[in-house]
This record gives sequence, structure tokens and C-alpha cells, in this order.
Amino acid sequence: MASIFQAVGAARALSSSNSFDSKKFYLTSRESVSERKGSIFVVRSDGRMNSGRVDKLVTNAVATKADSAAASTASKPGHELLLFEALREGLEEEMDRDPRVCVMGEDVGHYGGSYKVTKGLAPKYGDLRVLDTPIAENSFTGMAIGAAMTGLRPIVEGMNMGFLLLAFNQISNNCGMLHYTSGGQFTIPVVIRGPGGVGRQLGAEHSQRLESYFQSIPGIQMVACSTPYNAKGLMKAAIRSENPVILFEHVLLYNLKERIPDEEYICNLEEAEMVRPGEHITILTYSRMRYHVMQAAKTLVNKGYDPEVIDIRSLKPFDLHTIGNSVKKTHRVLIVEECMRTGGIGASLTAAISENFHDYLDAPIVCLSSQDVPTPYAGTLEEFTIVQPAQIVTAVEQLCQQ
Amino acid sequence: MFQSLDFPGGRVAFTSDMSFIAESSEKRVKCYRVLDDNGHPMSSRFEQVSKEVAVKMYSSMVTLQIMDTIFYEAQRQGRLSFYLTSNGEEAINIASAAALSPDDVVLPQYREPGVLLWRGFTMQEFANQCFGNKADYGKGRQMPIHYGSNKHNYFTVSSPIATQLPQAVGAAYSLKMDRRDACVVTYFGDGGSSEGDFHASLNFAAVMEAPVVFICRNNGWAISTPTSEQFRSDGIVVKGQAYGVRSIRVDGNDALAVYGAIHAAREMAIREQRPILVEALTYRVGHHSTSDDSTKYRPADEIQHWKISRNPVARFRKWIERNGWLNDEDESELRGNVRKQLLHAIQVAERTEKPPLGDLFADVYDHLPSNLQEQERLLRETIEKHPQDYPDGVPV
Repeated sequence: MASIFQAVGAARALSSSNSFDSKKFYLTSRESVSERKGSIFVVRSDGRMNSGRVDKLVTNAVATKADSAAASTASKPGHELLLFEALREGLEEEMDRDPRVCVMGEDVGHYGGSYKVTKGLAPKYGDLRVLDTPIAENSFTGMAIGAAMTGLRPIVEGMNMGFLLLAFNQISNNCGMLHYTSGGQFTIPVVIRGPGGVGRQLGAEHSQRLESYFQSIPGIQMVACSTPYNAKGLMKAAIRSENPVILFEHVLLYNLKERIPDEEYICNLEEAEMVRPGEHITILTYSRMRYHVMQAAKTLVNKGYDPEVIDIRSLKPFDLHTIGNSVKKTHRVLIVEECMRTGGIGASLTAAISENFHDYLDAPIVCLSSQDVPTPYAGTLEEFTIVQPAQIVTAVEQLCQQ
Repeated sequence: MFQSLDFPGGRVAFTSDMSFIAESSEKRVKCYRVLDDNGHPMSSRFEQVSKEVAVKMYSSMVTLQIMDTIFYEAQRQGRLSFYLTSNGEEAINIASAAALSPDDVVLPQYREPGVLLWRGFTMQEFANQCFGNKADYGKGRQMPIHYGSNKHNYFTVSSPIATQLPQAVGAAYSLKMDRRDACVVTYFGDGGSSEGDFHASLNFAAVMEAPVVFICRNNGWAISTPTSEQFRSDGIVVKGQAYGVRSIRVDGNDALAVYGAIHAAREMAIREQRPILVEALTYRVGHHSTSDDSTKYRPADEIQHWKISRNPVARFRKWIERNGWLNDEDESELRGNVRKQLLHAIQVAERTEKPPLGDLFADVYDHLPSNLQEQERLLRETIEKHPQDYPDGVPV
């Protein structure tokens, strides 16, 4: 309720400081991790965790290679929820933990957000901390930047990622740059999030893959979540990061169900996730395409192939460490993405891998992407623009023959 | 018989007379003024200013004038790559700054260095930024005049027009959450009021009841575009009501009027938690910047008229002098000192080392990520191999 917000507000009301020193409000994530009660741990993609357990964390949402030590969340049974609820849980935990965290966007308040990610937060934290804005993406993103520069930690929700094209000016020229151009005097710890990607017949303007357009902006980080587990973990990590982070969600993944740990955890923003270890080929993917890849993987396994599937998660910067280790092992790379062929994440990833791991490749890198067309409304046509599991299987077979 | 009806947004009375609201009022909105052109107060009701504050205001206006002259010359001599002056807008700069408290957060456009000057930014600090040397708070990353100082509550200037306006609303939102006894003040020009961000910001500020004072420096020109080609409304002041924002038009060349209006606006913004719009009418005496020659699009005698007869500094001087607070000797001593200080600061700034190579990559993120570390390593390697192809004097 508003009372919680007011109590928090009152504690800081009589601030007599003369100037805004956003650095004053720093809590490094290291500091906070060690001080937390309970077993907070950061999960590394290869399964190493601070708590000493060596099990890999494997999601239950898709069929994966059975791992004998698979019991993912060991001691506690955890709780089941949908991806959008996981996002909300992460958001709520961070809002509880840090009174500077606030949310702004269209219909995020009493309506609870178009995808219900902020449902219940406005009644709990008040109208100011969960702020409904008028319809002006460039302006509420600018607002978030100004608020961040004065010490708050705002989360901007784009109702659909495509609408954030209107916010490109603020995101590129200010969000990404002001920390640098101010000589480090002002920090912009904002999180910009929203659903993107191709849905079910939402039409071209609602089917944008903004990661393509934003990947060049210096100063920002980009991550894409794909499971309830990493959605919550990445949301929390993004909020705690001092850098501006863009968190890409996917319209079709909000209702994925998974059992996640009861204990607190965050995911590493710069790490890729090992979904299925293998020996024959490295398949790199992210967001919704992960599921098409895993479906193809089932078929491939039946045909005797052993694909290694990595959800790259971190779109900027790429986790070349994990990716590199995989390439060095399998010598073949297939990238499966939803971006368009020209200038997508796949294009950059292809370049990065060629440049860094050329000697380890036995075959040219293959990238499966959507065509360079606006996404059509007609269901059949829309399906043709998305990479399907059968294409993935064929591509793997062809690559492995070389 | 008048009736009214409920619609979303409230009750409206309706009428059988079909009449359109005129596109503009017959009379333009009046302009608040205290001193006439000869520095005589036109009424006794105005916000009084103490001798100390008045003298400081005057010295700052003079300092700003001299700073503009000398830095502009330095650019013409090739010592600076770029500069833009605030000629003609000294009263807006200094008087508005004087009416604020140091806790008020300022988001400038770019023609408001006087606000920073008032708050204590030194000649040396200005010069360092213009020369982009290692003592610049911006670490040499921005073009000249893109000052920024968190300790002075002056947000770093960002070139794109009007982007600071929604940021101002965000900053005000932050102050509102904290219940601070402070407001946000943001500046923009007549041209800036055409940007989408201007409209959304006023709207947001009104809806959010945010304590922002929006100050428009309507100086008649957006580079070569006169206001008649920028908008068809009666200036910017009338736009306030369209968004539910209280507004005032003020004579921007009258230091006392600006001081009074901003002081009042600030009180209202904080006490009532609402935005205020102040349109300060003035004239851009200088060129848009060193990349512009305004005699190409406006008559030289128009510029002269504003420079001489409508000069805000001279007008304020008359008032101060009449109060016995300043004389000719004081003035020449002031001008002499400032000039000397500034020339010295420029010399020092010019000789100071440029930022080191590491500053090219630092602060893009909070910590240097591996890809940037790699890029830095490659650059250093290349410079080592081909030193003759890279500027010397840059610390590596």
C-alpha cells in the first residue's frame, strides 16, 4: 500500500545533501550478495555455484538430455510458476530489497501491465513507485534516465518492444552515453524491458526484433530470457547492475511453466546457458528459438546426433568464453535466431566466432534466421518466416556431413 | 437553458452555438517586466534583491560576457574546435540561477553556462572542458560547452535538442519521491519547443504533479529559423495551459523580472508540487555557434539594435549604479580581473595534458568488459607499431 512507500520516503525525506552524487547510493552487487541472509547463489552456466554443489541446473520446460544428477533444486522442492510470474517475483523481490527501484510504463499500475508482469505491485508499493505514464515512449524513457541520474533505479516497460523504437533517441544518445560523456559523474542504472519477437499473428509492427537495432549502441547491455528460471534471475541481475540493461522477453513465452528454487538467486548477465551438452555440433540460440532447437534436438538424438545446445542469453556482450569452449569441442556451429538475416544477432555472432575461433572450425558457420521481410499477418505466411525445427534438423545433418 | 453532461474527463456544459475557439487571442499574453529600458523600476512591487546579490549578479553577467568573447576568439584562432555564446541572454542565465537554491537540479540545453558560473564553476573548469584535457570532469569526451558537474547539480549537456525535458520530469519524480525541498529547473529554446519531447514532458509533468520549472529562452531564432517558421501560436507561454501547466511570460532581458518570476515559480513548484512554464523573451545576439554566420539570414542592424539598445547587462547596470552599488572603477577592475583570469585559465588548459588512452574505453560500462579490454589492447599494439601515425602528446 501507499503506507509502505511513505515509510520509505520518510526515511529519506530530510536529506540535506547539497548535490546529487549517484555514486553515494552504490551498493555493489558483491556487497549485497555476501550480506544476504539465506543461500543466495549465482548460477554459472556450467553448473558451478558458490554453494559448492556441482549439479547442472536443467530446466524442466523442455526435453533435454537426461543427466543422472539432474535433480535441479536439491534440498528444497521449490515452487512452480509461469514465466511472467517469475519476472514479477524477481521484480517484487528487488523492490522490497531496494526502495529506489521503481517501475514506469503504460498501464503498469492498476491494470497490472499488458502481460501482467506488474500485477499487484501498484497496490503494494503505491502509484508513485509503479507509475502509469502517458503514451510517449521517448519521453518516459527519458524520464527514467533523468530519474536514474538522480539516484533512482527505474525499470521501463515497453508495452511491446517495437514501441521502443520511439525511444531510440533516448536509449542511444542518452542512456548508453551519459555515463561516458559526463566523465562517469552520472550513472544510468535503468532496466528497459518488454515483450518482443514474433507472436501469433500480431502483424509486422508488433513482431519486431529490437535486439538487432540496439546491438550497436555503446554503453548498454542486452540479455534475453527464455525460461522462468532465467527470467527471474536476469531480471534481478539487471536491476542490480549499474549499467543500463535491456531485457528482451518474448510474447509467446510468458506462459511457460517451471519449478524454480525458493531460495534467492540471480543469474549472471554476461553468461550463456548450457542447455544440452553434446559433442557433434554447437547450436547457439536464444529466446523462443531455444524451444524450436530443443524440439529439433529430440529428432536429432533419435537420428544418432549429439548436439550441444547453448542459449546465449547475453546478447551484448556475447559470452565468447562459453561459446568458444563449445566450438573448440565440436568444431561446427549452427546459429538459430528469430532476427532477420541482415544485421541480426546471428550476423554479429557469426563475425565474432569467425574472428576468434576460425582455426577450430571444420565447416563454415551456418546461421538460420528469419527472412528480410516484415512479418505478415496471415498465419501460414507468418509461420514461413520463422525457423522451424525441421529446418534445424536439416541444417545439422548438412553441417555434420562436411 | 444550459445543461451539462458527463463524459470521461468530467462534466461539460453544452451550447447550441457552434463556435470555434480562435487560433489565437486578439491580444498577446502580456510580458512581466520590472525595469524599463533605462533601468528604472516601473513599479515598486517587485522581488527585492540585496546589494550583495545584485552585485554578484552583475559581476557574473559581465564575467559571462567576457568568457563568451574570449572563448569565441579562441575558437576563431583555432585553439578550440567549437564554441557557442550566450550573448544577449546573460540576464536569463544569471538571474534565473540566482533565484534558485544549490539543491535545485539543473538540466540545461546548452546556452546556459551562466547557471554553472553562478554556482561556482571556475574559469579553469570551463576552460578545461573546452580544451578536453585530463582535468575536464567529462574526461575529454564531449565537445566544448557540453559542461556537466554532479557536485553543482548541473547535468551534463547532451546535444540532441529537448532530450533533457523528459529527463527533467524524471529527476523531479525522484525529488518528489524523496520529498526534497528542491525542484528541477530545465532550459530549452524556442526551437526546442517543437520537439515531441517538449509536449510529452509538459504533459507528463502535469499528470505526475512533478516539481519542474520549464524555462524557455525564446530568443527568436533556431539557427536560421525565425519563430514565425517554428510555430504559429503566441509563443510558448500559451502552450502551458494546453497541458494544464501554469505559465508566465517574462522579459528575459530584465534581470529583476527574471529573478522574481523564477523565484516565484520555484516556490510554487515545490509547495504545490506542480510544473511551471516560464517563457523568457529575449534575442540571440550572437550566431547560433561558431559554425554559423547569422548575418546570412538576418539584417546586421537588427543584431546591432539588440546588442546595444536592448542589452540586458547594461540595463541592469543602470539600476545598480543608481543604487550606488557600483561605479566605473569597480567595473573596469572587474573586467580587467576577469579577462586576466580567463586568459590565464586558457593558457593553463591548453598546456594541460589530454586524457590518457584508457579514458577512451573507461566508463562505457561500470567495469571494463572483455571485448573493450581486447579493443584497447589492440589499439595500444597498433600505436606502438606505428607511432608516427598517431597524435603525440597523448598519454598512452
